Amino acid sequence: MKAEGAAPLLRVRDLSVTLPQGADRRFAVEEASFELSGGEIMCVVGESGSGKSVLSSAIMGAAPTGLKVASGSILFRGEDIVRMGEAKLRKLRGNQIAMVFQEPMAALNPAVKVGEQIEEVFTLHSRLAPRERRERVKALLSDTRLPDPDRIAQSYSHQLSGGQCQRVVIAMALAMSPALLIADEPTSALDVTTQAQVLKLMRELRDEHGHAVLFITHDFGVVAEVADRVAVMQAGRIVEIGDKRTVLDAPRHPYTQKLIASVPRAEPRPASALKPDAEPSLVISHLAKSYRVGGQSVTALKDASLALDKGRTLGIVGESGSGKSTLARVAIRLTPADRGAVRVGGVDLAKLGGKALARARRKIQMIFQDPYGSLNPRHSVGAILTRAGRLGGKPGAEARESAIELLRLVGLKPEAFARKPHEFSGGQRQRIGIARALAMNPEVVFADECVSALDVSVQAQVLRLIADLQARLDLTLVFITHDLRVAAQVSDYIAVMRQGEIVEFGGAEEVLKRPRHPYTRELIAAAPGRNWTPPVLETPE
Amino acid sequence: MKTFGALLRSPSALFGLAVAAISLATALFAPILAPHDPLRTIAPLALPGSVAPDGSHLWLGADFLGRDILSRLIFGTRTVLLWSSLATAASFSVGVSMGLLAGYFGGKLDTALSFIANTLLAFPVTVLYIIIITSFGASGANIVIAVTFASAPGVFRIMRAIALDIRNRDFVAAAITQGESALAIMAREILPNAATPLLADLCLRLGYTAITVGVLGFLGLGLPPPTPDWGGMVAEGKNMAIAFPHLVIFPCIAISLLMLAMSLLSDSLQQIAKGGSRA
Repeated sequence: MKAEGAAPLLRVRDLSVTLPQGADRRFAVEEASFELSGGEIMCVVGESGSGKSVLSSAIMGAAPTGLKVASGSILFRGEDIVRMGEAKLRKLRGNQIAMVFQEPMAALNPAVKVGEQIEEVFTLHSRLAPRERRERVKALLSDTRLPDPDRIAQSYSHQLSGGQCQRVVIAMALAMSPALLIADEPTSALDVTTQAQVLKLMRELRDEHGHAVLFITHDFGVVAEVADRVAVMQAGRIVEIGDKRTVLDAPRHPYTQKLIASVPRAEPRPASALKPDAEPSLVISHLAKSYRVGGQSVTALKDASLALDKGRTLGIVGESGSGKSTLARVAIRLTPADRGAVRVGGVDLAKLGGKALARARRKIQMIFQDPYGSLNPRHSVGAILTRAGRLGGKPGAEARESAIELLRLVGLKPEAFARKPHEFSGGQRQRIGIARALAMNPEVVFADECVSALDVSVQAQVLRLIADLQARLDLTLVFITHDLRVAAQVSDYIAVMRQGEIVEFGGAEEVLKRPRHPYTRELIAAAPGRNWTPPVLETPE
Repeated sequence: MKTFGALLRSPSALFGLAVAAISLATALFAPILAPHDPLRTIAPLALPGSVAPDGSHLWLGADFLGRDILSRLIFGTRTVLLWSSLATAASFSVGVSMGLLAGYFGGKLDTALSFIANTLLAFPVTVLYIIIITSFGASGANIVIAVTFASAPGVFRIMRAIALDIRNRDFVAAAITQGESALAIMAREILPNAATPLLADLCLRLGYTAITVGVLGFLGLGLPPPTPDWGGMVAEGKNMAIAFPHLVIFPCIAISLLMLAMSLLSDSLQQIAKGGSRA
């Protein structure tokens, strides 16, 4: 795609957006300048709070409430959006500049058929006759590769999958053939295989229609997949901007270097020598679980079996609904199993009850996904850890001391003891969650998507911490993740799950390099940025 | 304690707190504050501001038996505060414990408890009071029982809803995997997270119960005379209210003021709960 003429489509000059008073910095976006030509896909990448979403809403002419454009200009086809009146902006939005959101389900009205919602765009911005409108809707839906456009147009959003909804949202955005498409994390809520399809679709549509795309993301894999150019944002500033190859393979700014160094490598770690004589510390055999939903039985987990040696890590990989979380919850007996056994150090947890269960289950602990929901906001960190220590059988004073020791172990200061969870960042909370799990002196630790909610640099730190603790305490780890890169980095073994079944189980290298099951191959092919290997950089750290 | 600090910054909450504090002080120091014995006949149907035979003032007048209305109001504060607090406390003990059990354990226990609560809620409250008090007799204890029957289901529903939500949080799952007992999980993990909404409901319910105590007094189902009781005062004065409005106006103002104060306090607590749940 070539730029149309000399003048760029979008020219942002020294744009600053102020945050309300009392925020941790003055500007959400500070002196941002860049240009975007027609037909170009530019990724704006940054961690949470870097100002990338504020930048995109400013370009839509609608800074979030409380935020104000302080200076600078946003020239769209030579006209300044910052100084444009509301009436003119309304004509621009949805017409020449369109938006695709992160949560496709939330972007669609659940009470209106999706076909009618797309039609609405034509009613607003065109004088097409009803018949023509419906024709165009159908054309758009088949443009976005949706099967059976007639049926889809007559559907409500809840009858469609997440990927289908996102295609509908994209169809709606493209209705008026906009010159600029702003996509704010459009694939972050989707499964890996769906994400791969939507990313491919967005590139193809750009090739067909020639619109420019401003693509906001936190994921370098996605950047490697879709971008022509990349802008890296840190604390409101664009610290590096350039061609995709240059930025990804030879980043110049230290922050970009740090981010890229944090991206987990898809390379499996070298298989270490197995210890065949040792008794496995975790044995799961023929574990099954089904739920009753509306009178129907839904199988969440069927006949899962695996064994894991002491001190090793098993990565469980799968998409949403694959049963990987059910496996964890059943294994630690948060949910009772229908059948099967879970042996930890020779004791079958599934057969125990009452006091014996309460004692035995301390050997198997969990690190949770959501660092916000996994700590009781009413208790201080010290109270949480001390309580865990006491339940682990330590007397009061000793539990208190070991709580402080645990804080040190996970890299927090002793002052953290008296504070409440809300005073910590997501990464720090996850450290507290890890400390709580360790307070019980467990043999086996399940980590359910425990780094998925974290920014990539924080994710790298937490992964390093977990690896370090595992080596030091000889922990057996079950690491559940949807991210193949993360799984590759941490695992000795990998189990791939789909529809409640373990479809492949083996050594990490074996599974990643020579996958046997077609679904494993599909997952590996769908991982964003699989053709890009992050460069090995000399980082200041 | 953060909640308390936030309360002090809100004018309406401050008003509520002030009225509550003044009422409490009035109840505690009634014998010192009241100018007359609330049961002594002084000057029947004296108008507000008139002078009693012994030279003292009857600031709010006297009732048809010649008893000083101000003194009866002051002593009536004791009645209303005592019985409405006891009744509210009883409603909360029953409602919170049942709600925790139903919300945490779910299943058949929840179905059974919710059925009972809904059945009680479907009953018109006044009818419920009349049935209970006419069959067991008018006394303080029976007022408490009647109000508990009427009020506990509402508390139950709030507590159950919160418990249902919180029990699915990961920190509860973490407590389970640590071998924490069900009772400890309810007390340590769930109850503290319900504190602010429960406190807001407590204030509101305290106000409503004060009215209820008044209504029961008005219907003749309250404490037996001659106990000074705001609702009873309205009931006694209602036939003469056209000629002598002061008989009913002052007790009505007292009831309304207390109710208003508790509502404002409850509103502010709800605002704080909404604004500060995550911050």
